[in-house]
Amino acid sequence: MAAIIRVEGITKKFHDFTAVDHVSFEVEKGEIFAFLGPNGAGKTTTIKMLTTLLHPTSGTIEINGHNPVTEQNEVRKSFGIVFQDPSVDDELMAWENMEIHGILYGVPKKLRRERIDQLLEIVELTDRRRNLLKEFSGGMKRRLEIARGLLHHPKILFLDEPTIGLDPQTRNHLWAYVEKLNKEEGITVFLTTHYMEEADRVADTIAVIDHGKIIERGTSQTLKERTKTENLEAAFLALTGHAIREEQVSGIDHLRMRHRLWHR
Amino acid sequence: MDILYILWLRQIKRYLRSRARLIGSLGQPLLFLFAFGFGFGPLYAKAGGGNYMQFLAPGVICMAILFTSVFMGIEIIWDRQFGFLKETLVAPVSRMQIMLGRTLGGATVATLQGVIVFLIALLAGFRPEHWYSAALALPVMFLIALLFTAFGTGIASVMSDFHGFQLVMNFLVMPLFFLSGALFPLNDLSPALATLVRIDPLTYGVDALRGAFLDTAHLGMGLDFSVLSLITVLCLVVGSHLFSKIEV
Ligand SMILES: Nc1ncnc2c1ncn2[C@@H]1O[C@H](COP(=O)(O)OP(=O)(O)OP(=O)(O)O)[C@@H](O)[C@H]1O
Ligand SMILES: [Mg+2]
Repeated sequence: MAAIIRVEGITKKFHDFTAVDHVSFEVEKGEIFAFLGPNGAGKTTTIKMLTTLLHPTSGTIEINGHNPVTEQNEVRKSFGIVFQDPSVDDELMAWENMEIHGILYGVPKKLRRERIDQLLEIVELTDRRRNLLKEFSGGMKRRLEIARGLLHHPKILFLDEPTIGLDPQTRNHLWAYVEKLNKEEGITVFLTTHYMEEADRVADTIAVIDHGKIIERGTSQTLKERTKTENLEAAFLALTGHAIREEQVSGIDHLRMRHRLWHR
Repeated sequence: MDILYILWLRQIKRYLRSRARLIGSLGQPLLFLFAFGFGFGPLYAKAGGGNYMQFLAPGVICMAILFTSVFMGIEIIWDRQFGFLKETLVAPVSRMQIMLGRTLGGATVATLQGVIVFLIALLAGFRPEHWYSAALALPVMFLIALLFTAFGTGIASVMSDFHGFQLVMNFLVMPLFFLSGALFPLNDLSPALATLVRIDPLTYGVDALRGAFLDTAHLGMGLDFSVLSLITVLCLVVGSHLFSKIEV
């Protein structure tokens, strides 16, 4: 099998802080790849570099054979993403958010309408389709974002903590659907999550990142064996330690804080 | 085409749904129209200028367009904050198209805003020279709107948060307005002021709008249109370049 994501020695520095430090890995075509790590480990930053939103300070990336820095459009054609942070338009209705996405990704009208119906059904928002998103609860917005992310069927699907804030029912549906997409359409999935049982359930390969460096990589089984633990959560803790991360305040957090002040 | 349309439509829908914003943004032009129009009117007439409302209305229409369009451009900061920007930035669509779609949407909104102020000015006593003036005024208004939406977009592309917003308003938008001749005639200005006025792109917009409504273009419609078009293209090119460089 061929690698569809190839990362070689990428580093991302924010001023003098190194968020991602010489990270290398490959993701095979058709694989479900879980990228695990404590808060602030560098998962989102890595995903942003893979998805053309940030340029690496050094190192090279290949997505579906293209370079995200120099061939942005080719790279963007090959993936879909559900972001960790909100990315919907609150002043539009649920279906309008889906519609814009479908058009941006060139999904033909008939297929678009079909999938919008089908996906809203899956995330149980069918009767809310004409509501403005500002009337949605946090979890409902999240469900819509996920439905939107699955609207076009890309080669690679990035899911950055897709299940935060979701009830167990929806989480279950989501992973079942993702597994189905993976099996039936061969979509490669790159996910992060803090729920170890989810990673255990769906991932073919797991990489653990901490302080910007990859510290372990393998199947759930091999990680457990190497750390001599019973389950993935214990393995994760054995690898990354029990200390809570003194999380650096990220730029996004800053923005959020300012935003709150601004809207007081 | 679909993409330009959907992004254009998004701006329109957001505008039409937000009554508060619509009404709020009319406050300032109304104030200028009524306070200045009726306050300075007698003075202006005594000085031999004629009817001040006739003179002022095109200026205030331009002001409404300027403020709305810069704001529509700068709104990208909100999109960045609420996250929607990311959604468009990773789409397999050239950023040029994204920038163009939202700029056209913003410019349409600003033009609508200008039309509303025009209708209010009619109520306040403004009378265009000919009935067909409006047909000529509309493209002028849209050109001004396009120019400043693109301008706002460019600026917002290099700003990462709201802090710069006041700076832009006070040091760019306000001077653009006050130096444009929206409030005072262009003849008999001191050389220093005259130079500033001639540098301000809005001057040509205000002048063209007076030309359209009243046949009183001081600088000439030809020059006005050329300058406006040129600067609009410039703002679109620079704006979309800056937009394409955004990292989130
Ligand atoms: N724009 C930025 N400016 C400065 N520092 C940043 C920026 N973005 C991220 N960081 C820092 O980089 C580090 C990695 O952040 P990242 O968001 O990648 O973590 P993560 O692994 O996704 O964590 P989480 O599980 O909390 O989502 C953090 O220390 C964060 O503070
Ligand atoms: Mg993250």
